[in-house]
Amino acid sequence: MLNKTQVFEVNYDSHLARALRVINIDPVLFLGIFLLSGIGMGILYSAGDGSIELVQKQVVRMSLAFLVMLVVAQISQRQLYFWAPWFFALGIILLMLVLAAGDVGKGAQRWLDLYVVKFQPSEMMKLITPMMLAWYLSERPMPPGAKSLLISAILVVLPTVMIASQPDLGTAILVAAAGFFVIFLAGVRWRVLVAAAVAGLAFIPVLWRLMHDYQKQRVLTLLNPESDPLGSGYHIIQSKIAIGSGGLYGKGWLNGTQSQLDFLPERHTDFIFAVFAEEFGMMGAIVLLSLYVFIILRGLYIASKAQDSFGRLLAGSLSLTFFVYLFVNVGMVSGILPVVGVPLPLVSYGGTSMVTLMAGFGMLMSINSNRRLLSR
Amino acid sequence: MAYGTSIGDYSSDVRLFKRRAGVAALICLLMVAILLVRLAKLQIVEYAYFSDLSENNRVRLMALPPNRGLIYDRNGVILAENRPTFHLELIPEQVDDLEATLKGLSEIVSLSESNVSEFRDSLRTHRSFESISLRTRLDDVEVARLAVNRHRFPGMDISARLTRYYPQGESAVHAVGYVGRINEKEMEAINRGHYRGTSHIGKTGLEKFYEDELHGMVGHQNVEVNAEGRILKVVDKVAPVPGNDLFLSLDIELQKVAEAALGDNYGSVVAIEPQTGEVLAFASTPTYDPNLFVHGISFAKYKELQQAEGKPLFNRTLFGQYPPGSTLKPFVGLAGMESRKVSTDEKIKCKGHYLIPDDETERKYRDWKKTGHGMTDMDDAIEQSCDVYFYSLAYQMGIDTIHDFLAKFNFGQKTGIDLYGERRGLLPSRAWKRKVHKTKWYPGETLIAGIGQGYMLATPLQLASATATLANKGVNIQPHLLKSIRLTESGEMEVFEAKEKRFNLRSPSHWNDMFRAMKKVVHGVWGTARATGVGMEYKMASKTGTAQVFGIAQDEEYDEETVAKKLRDHGLFIAFAPYESPKIAVAVVVENGEHGSWMAPIARKVMDHYLLKKDKKISPAGQTNAE
Repeated sequence: MLNKTQVFEVNYDSHLARALRVINIDPVLFLGIFLLSGIGMGILYSAGDGSIELVQKQVVRMSLAFLVMLVVAQISQRQLYFWAPWFFALGIILLMLVLAAGDVGKGAQRWLDLYVVKFQPSEMMKLITPMMLAWYLSERPMPPGAKSLLISAILVVLPTVMIASQPDLGTAILVAAAGFFVIFLAGVRWRVLVAAAVAGLAFIPVLWRLMHDYQKQRVLTLLNPESDPLGSGYHIIQSKIAIGSGGLYGKGWLNGTQSQLDFLPERHTDFIFAVFAEEFGMMGAIVLLSLYVFIILRGLYIASKAQDSFGRLLAGSLSLTFFVYLFVNVGMVSGILPVVGVPLPLVSYGGTSMVTLMAGFGMLMSINSNRRLLSR
Repeated sequence: MAYGTSIGDYSSDVRLFKRRAGVAALICLLMVAILLVRLAKLQIVEYAYFSDLSENNRVRLMALPPNRGLIYDRNGVILAENRPTFHLELIPEQVDDLEATLKGLSEIVSLSESNVSEFRDSLRTHRSFESISLRTRLDDVEVARLAVNRHRFPGMDISARLTRYYPQGESAVHAVGYVGRINEKEMEAINRGHYRGTSHIGKTGLEKFYEDELHGMVGHQNVEVNAEGRILKVVDKVAPVPGNDLFLSLDIELQKVAEAALGDNYGSVVAIEPQTGEVLAFASTPTYDPNLFVHGISFAKYKELQQAEGKPLFNRTLFGQYPPGSTLKPFVGLAGMESRKVSTDEKIKCKGHYLIPDDETERKYRDWKKTGHGMTDMDDAIEQSCDVYFYSLAYQMGIDTIHDFLAKFNFGQKTGIDLYGERRGLLPSRAWKRKVHKTKWYPGETLIAGIGQGYMLATPLQLASATATLANKGVNIQPHLLKSIRLTESGEMEVFEAKEKRFNLRSPSHWNDMFRAMKKVVHGVWGTARATGVGMEYKMASKTGTAQVFGIAQDEEYDEETVAKKLRDHGLFIAFAPYESPKIAVAVVVENGEHGSWMAPIARKVMDHYLLKKDKKISPAGQTNAE
C-alpha cells in the first residue's frame, strides 16, 4: 500500500528504491545483503579452484533464499506475532521427533526425513526461538520481573539443550544467543546478567563433562593445534597460514597459494573466510567486516524504529544473531574460538543456513514495513 | 490480550530498548575490533612467519598411511594379508613423445580406451612432474614385460601399493568379512585425520568389527615443496604404526571341512569349544570371494551376487532365523525336570496325537509318527523325538515357565559374538505376544513352542551357543571369533576375555540324565540318527530336528515328492562330543534339508576332523539314515 505522504517522503529516492519499498523490501538492508552475496560469489569462485559449477549452484540457492526473504517480508508483523507460540510448539515437537527418529548424518541426528524432503528442525529454531521470546516478553512489563525471566530462561534452554544433544553445538549456540538477545534487549537488569555470567562460568566444568568426545577434542585442539596435525588441528593450522600469509594487501584474487594448492580444507564452506583473507589481506577483511557491521547496524536501526515491543525485540535479536554468526565463524577460522560448524553468513557455500538467514531478513523487512504503514 | 496493547509506559520502553540496542551495538563493534586485532596479529605481526611457511618454503604435510593388521586363524594360518599390487604410471615431463609411448605401451600391456582417456583427463589437472596412473592392477606377466622394456619408455614408472588379499578365497568369508573403498557415509563417521592416505576400511565381518585394532596409527611427514609443489626434501617424519594382528579362534581347516560337508546345500555349521566359547568353525553356504570387493566390485557383478540363488551374501549363521524344531527338546526336557513336571522314569502314552484336556475344538496335535511311540519316558522321547511327550510336558509347564528357562540358554537374546548385526531369534512369551500381536496367548501355541515350532526362532549361532552351554552344564561363555590380538607397538599378546554367565539346576544330576538321553540319538537302538553312529570312535550326545517351513492342515499329508524344494522342511542337528568330557559343540542347519537325521553326518565330519585330527571318509550327507 502506498499513500501520498509516503511518496512525498521518499521522493528523493531512486525509482528502484521506491519499487523495492512497494514490495516491503528495505533498500538499504537489501543493498548490504546484495553486495555481501556478490563478494561471496567471487570468493567462492576462487575457493572452488576456478570452477563455475559451485558458483552456479550457489546462485540458484541464493535466488531461492532471496525469494524466501521476499515471501516472508510480505507476512505482516501481526501474523508473526499470532503464530509465534504455535511455531514454537511445533518446533519443540519436531525436535523431539528428530531425537527419537532422526537420520544420523555425520554421527549426529539433525535431519528429519519426511520422505519427500529432509529438513533440519533445529535450523528453524534460530528464528522461532527469538519470535517466541519476543512474543512472551513484549506483553509483560519491562524490564522483566523474576517470574518472566525464569519462564524466558526455560524457553531458551529447552530448544538449546535439545539441539545440543543432537549433537549440533554450532546451531545450539546460535539459538541460545538469539533467545538471550531478546531477554537482554527487553532490559534485564545488569546485576542479573552479572549473576548469570558468574553462574555460567561455574557451569563450565559440568558442561565439559557433558560434551561429546569430538567436541572436547575441538576445544583441546584450539589450545594446541599442533597436537593433532592431521585431524582437527589441520584445519586451524592451515587456515592460520592462509590468513597470515595474506598480509596487509593479500595475494590477489585467485592467487591464494594456500587455497589454490589444496592445503586448506573445507575452503568453500566454513573456512571460506581464510580464502578471502589470504587473497585480499587485512584491507579486504576490513572492508568485508565493515559491510557486515553496516548490515547489523541497519538491522538495529530498524529495530529501534519498530512500532511495538514485539517488533523491536525480534528485529534486534535477529540482527545481533547475525553478528554472532560472523564472530563465531571468523573467530574459529582465525583460531581464537573452537571449530564449531557455523558458516560465514551469506558467503559460505551451502543452502540450509542461507535460507534461514534470508527468512530472518525477511522478518526484519516485515517489521520495517509495519512501521511505515502505522506511521503514515 | 489483544495485539499491540503493550503494558507500561510506551516511551520509557522505547528508551530502555534504545539504550540496550546502543550497548549491544557497542559490544558488537568491540568484538569486531577483537577480530581485527587478531587478524592484525596474523597478517601484520606474524606475517613474515606465515608468509615464510606459505611462500618460500611451502611445507606440505603428507600422511603416511599405516599397514593394516593381518588376520590369522588359531594355528597361525593367514586369512587376510596385504599384498603389493602394481600400477603403471607416467610422469609427463619425463616422457619424450607421449603418443609414441602410449602406443608402445599398449603393445605390451592391455590398455583400454577408458584407461587412455582417463589418463588424458588427469593430464590436464595434474602438474607435469606428478605421476599419473595409466593402468591399475597389473598382473605378474605384465609387470615382467614392462620391467624388461623399461629402457624404451622414459618417464614410465611401476608403482607398488599394498592391498588387502584373502588367500583363503571363499572360505570363512562370513566370519572374516572384507574391506572396501571408504564411502561417503563412512567418511562422515570416522576420524578423517586417522584415515588420511587410507582408501579402504572394513566393511563386514571381523574386518569391520575390529576396524580400530586393524587400522593402525597414521603417520605424517612434513616435506618441503617449491613454489610449484615439487618435493624438495623431507623435513620431519612421524612413522605410521601398523595395525594390530588378529589371531582368531577359528580353525580354517575345520572351517573348510564344515563348508565341504555342507556341499551345495544352503545352510550353516557352527562349532564352538564349550569351555572357552571359542568359535572353531563359522560356516554359511553358499559363499563368495571377498577379493572381489577389495578393488570395487562392478555393479553388474554385485547385482548378480545379490540375486544369485541361495543368496551367498546372506550370513545365515548370524542373520538366519529358523524354527529350532526338535533340537529344542533337550532344553524343554530340562525345563520339565527343573519345574518338577516330570521325572526321567515317568512314562506317558503316545498314541500318535495329543488332545488338550477339556478343549472343545478337539484339535489333534499330531506326532510325526502317525502310529505313535507307545509308552514313552524322557530317554525315549529324546531318542525317538516323540512330539506327544513334549506337547504334554509343555502344556503342563505353560509358556512362561518354558520362556524363563530357555532364556538362561540365551534363546531370544544376542549371544554377544564379536560381529555386528547379530539377530536375536525369538523366544515367545505371554508378555511378548500381548505387546507385539496384541492378542492373548493360546494353549495350542504352548504345545507348538514345546517342539520348537510356531513363533520360536533361533539363529544357527544361538543353537550352537546353547548346545555349548548345555555341554558345559550351565556355564555360558560368550562365543567369540577373536582369540588374541598382537599389539604392534609392544609386541604383546592381548587375550580376548569372554564374558561368562552361569546358572545351576535344582539337581545337577538332571544334566547327566539329559546327556544320557541325547547319547541315544546316535548310539541308541531306536535313535533318530543311529546310522551316523556306525564306526564312531567317540560317543556323541545330540538331537535331530526338522522344522516345518509351512503348516500342514489338519488332515493333509506331507508328501515330499510333490512339495517344491524351497517349501521342504529345514533339517537341523545339534551335538556335542566326546560325551564324557565335551570338547566341541556343533549346530547344523540346512535349509530345505528335510530331515534332521540327514544333517548328522555333517556334524560328524566336523567332529571327526576336530577330535581325531584326520578327515575320515564317511558316507556323504544323504539318504542313508531314516528318522
